[in-house]
Parts: sequence; structure tokens; C-alpha cells
Amino acid sequence: MASSAVDESLLRVLTPEVLAVLVRRGADFAAAEDAVQEALLEAVRRWPDEPPRDPKGWLVTVAWRRFLDAARADSARRRREDAVEEEPGPGPVPDTDDSLRLYFLCAHPSLTPSSAVALTLRAVGGLTTRQIAAAYLVPEATMAQRISRAKRTVAGVRLDRPGDVATVLRVLYLVFNEGYSGDVDLAAEAIRLTRQLAARTDHPEVSGLLALMLLHHARRAGRTAPDGSLVPLAEQDRTRWDTAAIAEGVAVLQAALARDRLGEYQAQAAIAALHADAPTAAETDWVQIVEWYDELAALTDNPVVRLNRAVAVGEADGPRAGLAALAALDGTLPRHTAARAYLHERAGELPAAAGLYARAAREAGTAAEREHLIRQAARLNTLLREGG
Amino acid sequence: MAKYLMLKHYRGAPVPEGFVPMERWTPAEVDAHIRYMRDFAAKLERTGEFVDAQGLAPEGTWVQYGGEGKPPVTDGPFAETKDLIAGWMIIDVDSRERALELAAELSAAPGAGGVPIREWLELRPVMSEPPTVTE
Repeated sequence: MASSAVDESLLRVLTPEVLAVLVRRGADFAAAEDAVQEALLEAVRRWPDEPPRDPKGWLVTVAWRRFLDAARADSARRRREDAVEEEPGPGPVPDTDDSLRLYFLCAHPSLTPSSAVALTLRAVGGLTTRQIAAAYLVPEATMAQRISRAKRTVAGVRLDRPGDVATVLRVLYLVFNEGYSGDVDLAAEAIRLTRQLAARTDHPEVSGLLALMLLHHARRAGRTAPDGSLVPLAEQDRTRWDTAAIAEGVAVLQAALARDRLGEYQAQAAIAALHADAPTAAETDWVQIVEWYDELAALTDNPVVRLNRAVAVGEADGPRAGLAALAALDGTLPRHTAARAYLHERAGELPAAAGLYARAAREAGTAAEREHLIRQAARLNTLLREGG
Repeated sequence: MAKYLMLKHYRGAPVPEGFVPMERWTPAEVDAHIRYMRDFAAKLERTGEFVDAQGLAPEGTWVQYGGEGKPPVTDGPFAETKDLIAGWMIIDVDSRERALELAAELSAAPGAGGVPIREWLELRPVMSEPPTVTE
């Protein structure tokens, strides 16, 4: 089959499997990872003209050759042991556990979050250093250093048993939340990696995170206006939501919840599912959402959860109840002022709301949020001028 | 080619005549202003003169080395009178005249009533590497 471009998604699926084969054959992780990157680059160069019959076999062969070349150069220079010189026999066919262990290695607790994210995207996700650097808006040399330091950090970690799945989920969640910048869609990449992880593990929280991602990603088209400005949930055009992704997210979530081992991601996904389920914002089941926030608050001490719960209380029981719930929380929490502004507006106290929106705009952590909040202040001030 | 930094201030810049804070504009005026800023950056990307643009959060802290084994010394948030940078854009242009022209264009962003806000921007040359040919 002649194809003009290389199927990059296939390359990325194969990356952890090929890496796992090399590690199983005795290559150390850092050298194997370099070799796989080189094989990927060679595939991008050569496959358009010579598409391989067995892409994975091709990658393993090329990566192994690159690894041996590097190891020979190394050992010739340093007169080291030649243990890796001989190509071993085919050996047992690597099972999915091998690539699963790569997830754990790349999310190892000894790594900082930014290092774990970078290493996961490269070694498990098959992205190039240049792509990862562009996605995080840092120079390529900086990202290359971050990755090689990360590889040194985990050099001594044995790849023989899985670690705590929660560390892997945290890394994938971080990747997802970074959203979209540059030519790499990190949210889509996080979904792909989580889906791959879910196929290789049996853990309801992995499904919970996958459901959470699918449900949020489904709303993406509605979340920004054509001019790039933020559209709040209540004002989103729900016909622009991806119903197939919502259906999949709900199904994944229901299967996870049926196992009766609730966790943070499942609870967050349940809240996202309730929003996705409502045909209009007015039909949102806020009472159930508050109940899920109560479940979530019991699972985590994250203060942002209590802030969001207060807003949900404002919708379920009225703005006064919401403001009372907010008053019990630390006023310096991100979005606390914005939430107060919103609830004061719902209570009909427009001058107070306008002042709070302007203050919230000054405290905003992103330009999109600031623009959104200043627009709210402008809207209320205009209303007040015209009304009085 | 020479790089210039265009600095925008929250505080500390001269206040233009007829200044109206943004929250006192109409939503449509806010939208028009934001669109103008976006279009300006997009235009410079197309002409090959754009380098970087970032906004800064208004809260900041002065930090100083606190001595061996001691935590950093901090001071802040900044007092109301301090100069406070809101963000920057770096451009790479052929001449100082072009840099002035672009800064003036940015300062002409529409505000209340669609009138240019004529915000004062600070234009600073970025120091470059020494040239290869020196004599």
C-alpha cells in the first residue's frame, strides 16, 4: 500500500512496545529510549518510500541495531563489558506487562511532575523532544535536558514490578489539563495514553480518569467562541458537544462505578457526566452534583473541590446558600472572588457583583479568564448605567 | 534587524487623557479591544516581526537571598505607587522607526466609545550580541 505520509499514530502506539522489547533484551532504559527515538525518526524518513510489512518488527530491528551501535561505540571507547554485544535469541514474546511497566517507570515518584510528564510523552507517547518542547512552550534544549535528567533519575529503578497506578494517573491528568498549544494536541494525547493504560490494567480509577477526559474533551468545541474567548458552561451551545465521546465516557464510567471502588477520578467524571447529560443548562441536576461533590470532598482535601461544591450549592439551593458555603472557605483560593461575583449576580446584587468581577479579573491566573471576567464586569456596569 | 521590547504597565506609566478603566466599557468595546490586540500580534507573525508576547499577573514579590541556610527574604505585595509591568511584546524589526510605528499602532487599540486609548507603552531596545565585523 503506497502512502505519502507515515501513520504517526501507529508509530506512537508501537513506541512503548518496541522500547519494552529492547529493555527486555537487556538494554538499559536510557540507551534503549534513545535508540527507539532514532528508529522513530528513521521510520518517518523511510516509510513513505518503503512501507514496512511488519512495522513493529521493523522498528525493533532498527532500534536494536542503533542500540548495539551505540553500545559498541561506548564499549570500544571505555573497554567495558561486552554483555550486550551479542544479539540474544528471540526469547519470550514480550507481553503487555512490559510496556505497562514503562508507564510506571516514567511516572516514578522520584521524578518531579514536569520530568515525569516529559518522559512519559517521549518514552510512552513516542513524541519527539521538539514536539514536547513546543507543546510546553520551552526551548528544545531545555526539554532535552529535562528528559535526559529524568532518564538518569530512573536509571537505577528496576523494571520488574508495577508501581502505584495513582502516580501514573496523576501524570496523565497533568498532560490532559495542559490542553492545546502548538501542533501537539496534549489532551488527545493524554486520552490515547489513558485508553492504552486502561486496556492493560484492571483498575476502576483508570477507567474513571478515561471517562473524565472523554467527557471534558467532548465539550471542547463549545468551550471557546470563534474569537478564542471562553464560553462558560451555562452558555455553551450543547449541539456542538461530541455526543459519541459523551456516550463512551458515560459507558466507561458506569462500568467503573459498578465495581463499587469509588475514587477521585470516578467522582469527578460523575459530575462531568451530569453536566453532559443535561439537555440545557437549566435542566442540570444540581442536587445530584452537590451529592457527588460531597463524595469527592470525602476522598480528597483539595480546597478547589469545596469551592466548586459551594458554587453547586448556589445552583441547587439558591445563591444565598452558595454564598454562605463560600464564606466558610479561604478567600484567597483561586476563583473564590469570581464565584462570589457570580453568586451575587444571581442574588440580584448587581453593583456588588460588578465590583467583584473587576477584582476577580485582576486576580485571574490566565489571560482568557481575565478577559472573560472583565467582560462580565463591563456587562453589569453597562446594565447598571442604562438602568439608572 | 534589531529587537525591541514593548512594555505595558498596570501602574507607573503616565495616565493617558480621558482614561476609563476597562470594566467601565461596554462588553462590545471590550471585545473590540481584545480583537484588535489579537489581530495586531497575528499581523506581526505574518510579517515576520513577531518574537514573543506574554502577560504578567499583577501580584508580585521582591525576593532576596537570606543568607546561608536561611529562607529567602521576601517583601510585597508591591505598594500601590510601584511601577507594575502588565506584559510585553518583543518584536524584531529593521529600524527604530518601524519599532516606534508598531508601538504607536498598538497604543491605538480602541477603548470606550471605540476611541483609541492612546495608552503609553515603553519601548526598550534589546541588547544584541557584538557584531562579527568590528572594523
